[in-house]
Amino acid sequence: MNTIKSPEESRKILNTICSDLTRSITRKDELTRFWFFILIMFAGVGLWGWIIQIDKGLGVTGMRDYVSWGMYIANFVFFVAVSLIGFLISSALHLLKISWSKPISRVAEQIAIAAVALAGIIIVMDMGRPDRFLNVFLHGRFASPIIWDVTVVTTYLTISVLLFYIPLIPDLALLRDRMEGKIPNWKLQLYKILSLGWKGNQKQYKLVYHAMRVLMILIIPVGLSIHTVTSWLFAATLRAGWDTTIMGPYFVAGAFVAGAAAVVIVMYVYRLRYGLKNYFEDLHFDYMGKLLVFVSLVYLYFNINEFLVPGYKMKTAEGIHLSNLFTGTYASMFWLVQVAGLILPILLMLVRYFRKPLPLTIISVFVLISSWFKRYLIVIPTLEHPFLPVQNVPDYFKHYSPTSIEVMITLFSFFAALLIISVLSKFFPVISIWEYAEEKGVDKKYFSEQPKK
Amino acid sequence: MERNTRRNFIRKLGASVGAAGLVGSGSILSSCNRVETTAGDKIKLLTSSGELVEVDKSQLSPAEMPNLTENQKRGREGMPGRSWVMVIDLSKCRNARQCMQACQNHHQLRPEQHHINVLQMQDAEHTAPYYMPKPCQHCDNPPCTKVCPVNATFKREDGIVLIDNERCIGCRFCIAACPYSARVFNWFEPRDAEKYKGVTYNIEANVPQKKGTISKCLFSADRLRDGKLPSCVSACPNGVYWFGDRNEDAVTNGTTKETVSFSQLIKDNAAYTLMEELGTKPRVYYLPPKDRAFPFEGELIEHHS
Repeated sequence: MNTIKSPEESRKILNTICSDLTRSITRKDELTRFWFFILIMFAGVGLWGWIIQIDKGLGVTGMRDYVSWGMYIANFVFFVAVSLIGFLISSALHLLKISWSKPISRVAEQIAIAAVALAGIIIVMDMGRPDRFLNVFLHGRFASPIIWDVTVVTTYLTISVLLFYIPLIPDLALLRDRMEGKIPNWKLQLYKILSLGWKGNQKQYKLVYHAMRVLMILIIPVGLSIHTVTSWLFAATLRAGWDTTIMGPYFVAGAFVAGAAAVVIVMYVYRLRYGLKNYFEDLHFDYMGKLLVFVSLVYLYFNINEFLVPGYKMKTAEGIHLSNLFTGTYASMFWLVQVAGLILPILLMLVRYFRKPLPLTIISVFVLISSWFKRYLIVIPTLEHPFLPVQNVPDYFKHYSPTSIEVMITLFSFFAALLIISVLSKFFPVISIWEYAEEKGVDKKYFSEQPKK
Repeated sequence: MERNTRRNFIRKLGASVGAAGLVGSGSILSSCNRVETTAGDKIKLLTSSGELVEVDKSQLSPAEMPNLTENQKRGREGMPGRSWVMVIDLSKCRNARQCMQACQNHHQLRPEQHHINVLQMQDAEHTAPYYMPKPCQHCDNPPCTKVCPVNATFKREDGIVLIDNERCIGCRFCIAACPYSARVFNWFEPRDAEKYKGVTYNIEANVPQKKGTISKCLFSADRLRDGKLPSCVSACPNGVYWFGDRNEDAVTNGTTKETVSFSQLIKDNAAYTLMEELGTKPRVYYLPPKDRAFPFEGELIEHHS
């Protein structure tokens, strides 16, 4: 924390921070409209795909009786993975008193909320009978990992929303007090309602700190469970490639890789679009790069365990699965994912230059795309090789390839997630104003002052 | 049993509306599906094999069919005191596929949907190939029922693993969990969906099939309740199948109708179960394909294509 500033200086700093960090809210231009138009249009097209699927049946997908889980489940795992970054950055790093990550935590929470919400929607879209969704609550059997997953995903979503909202309350009060005339009245009213009559006294801050701490601790077991349980959807079966005890930590490590990459990309976009060069500094990218290297190394370690050990033994079913990945149908995808999504990024990011904002963002794009395909490789090849031969069915039952409806619905999930993130950034500052100002040495008492007209 | 034919007939007409049961059952009528009523004294009925037959209306009376709730309750409990087992004699199978056909008719399955599938097997590179009919193994430690989030698939008291298609949410976790690939899904509107529209669902035959839900072999639980052997067992022309009650220690051959001691049969023939190393405890026993009655004539398909 910087040294305490004089009143004039404090007010000046606070004003600058406020105007910089509310730029995302006040800015209205063609590009913004175009962006929202694109998002809503593509999300709408995806929803239309879902309507077709409901009408005709899941047969409009490439899934059949053997490969009965496809792109949707891979996509579901991807979104659950990405959401885990909220837990890492805004809870784990905070509790470890690592201060550089503070300005990033709201970005991480935005991503977490969008990703976990979409994960929930995707799983409903994968159901043969979404109309019977309530059966999960009416007839839920707690012995099924799906029920565990439903439980932790909803809990994680709840805690993530709270972890986003509670530190936001002082900011909402700031916006309520300072934004009059700059934004439409309904938005002002919204801030007024959401700020819950915040006055900014010591007692209220104490409550906020206390609530945040409780949430940060609560989210640790929930965050770890959400991806561990998701991995158990696979590990609880007897299938080659899934039947492994390493799945939990393997998935969690992979999740941090995907999520950290997503955070870097969103950070870079905000920095560029809202002129936040002084907020998402080169230093933040540098640290995020280091964090990404670290989690990637952990993930690499699990990958080596996951593939080398069964590869050494080549048991019948595992052997077929692994040769399919290493040299068979999925070889090019497998090696691209491992090299372009894991090994090369690690090597590059060890060099300082590649941890600069633009190079790091480009690397992160590769990492994020690879981690989507990694989930595809976890879900599909295993199902193409059951224990017993696949016979007396049409040829297209034997190999899975996604149909255009599946692509549409998957695109829906991407655009809907981006839409949630975009809406959040248009309504709420992308960095916590009060925490940031305090970090810069502005005392809390200035926050509740009305700016001079 | 034959004394009450008329009552049986009526009951079956109700309970197995839409169910096949033609194969192996005495009366054509017992497997009829009511399609339309004509103005006269005759009524047109459609048999499971697609034949349209006319029956005198006076022969018919309202079916005493259990309603859906009753049917679901009964189907969930199973038949008290029973413990169904199947023995498949691999040395007798010549890939006639009558079992597959009878099964698909009974359960209203599309041609690519198999509750029972006759596979061409070869265990190792130089070992002899053979045909292996593969129904659901009705495991005593079923991996599929464990993972079901809504208890739509469950293990009954009599050993049968059943599905309630009125509850299934179509998550397909059970397909992923089953190591025997025994489960199929209704990816589209089921076969003859139009024809069976409005017919009350029968949980013990999984008919009419429901779009977006799972289906699989259920040892023809509806036929067992009527004192008949499963469709596949009755349909086999080669004496491959033995079916019966482990509690009675008796199994009956579907072709010869001969009844023998179950324990003796599996002991004398060194029976085994599929992939016992997985700990699923199947209820389907296989007799090894030695001294085969028929030569293997199939083209060998690679195992894991």
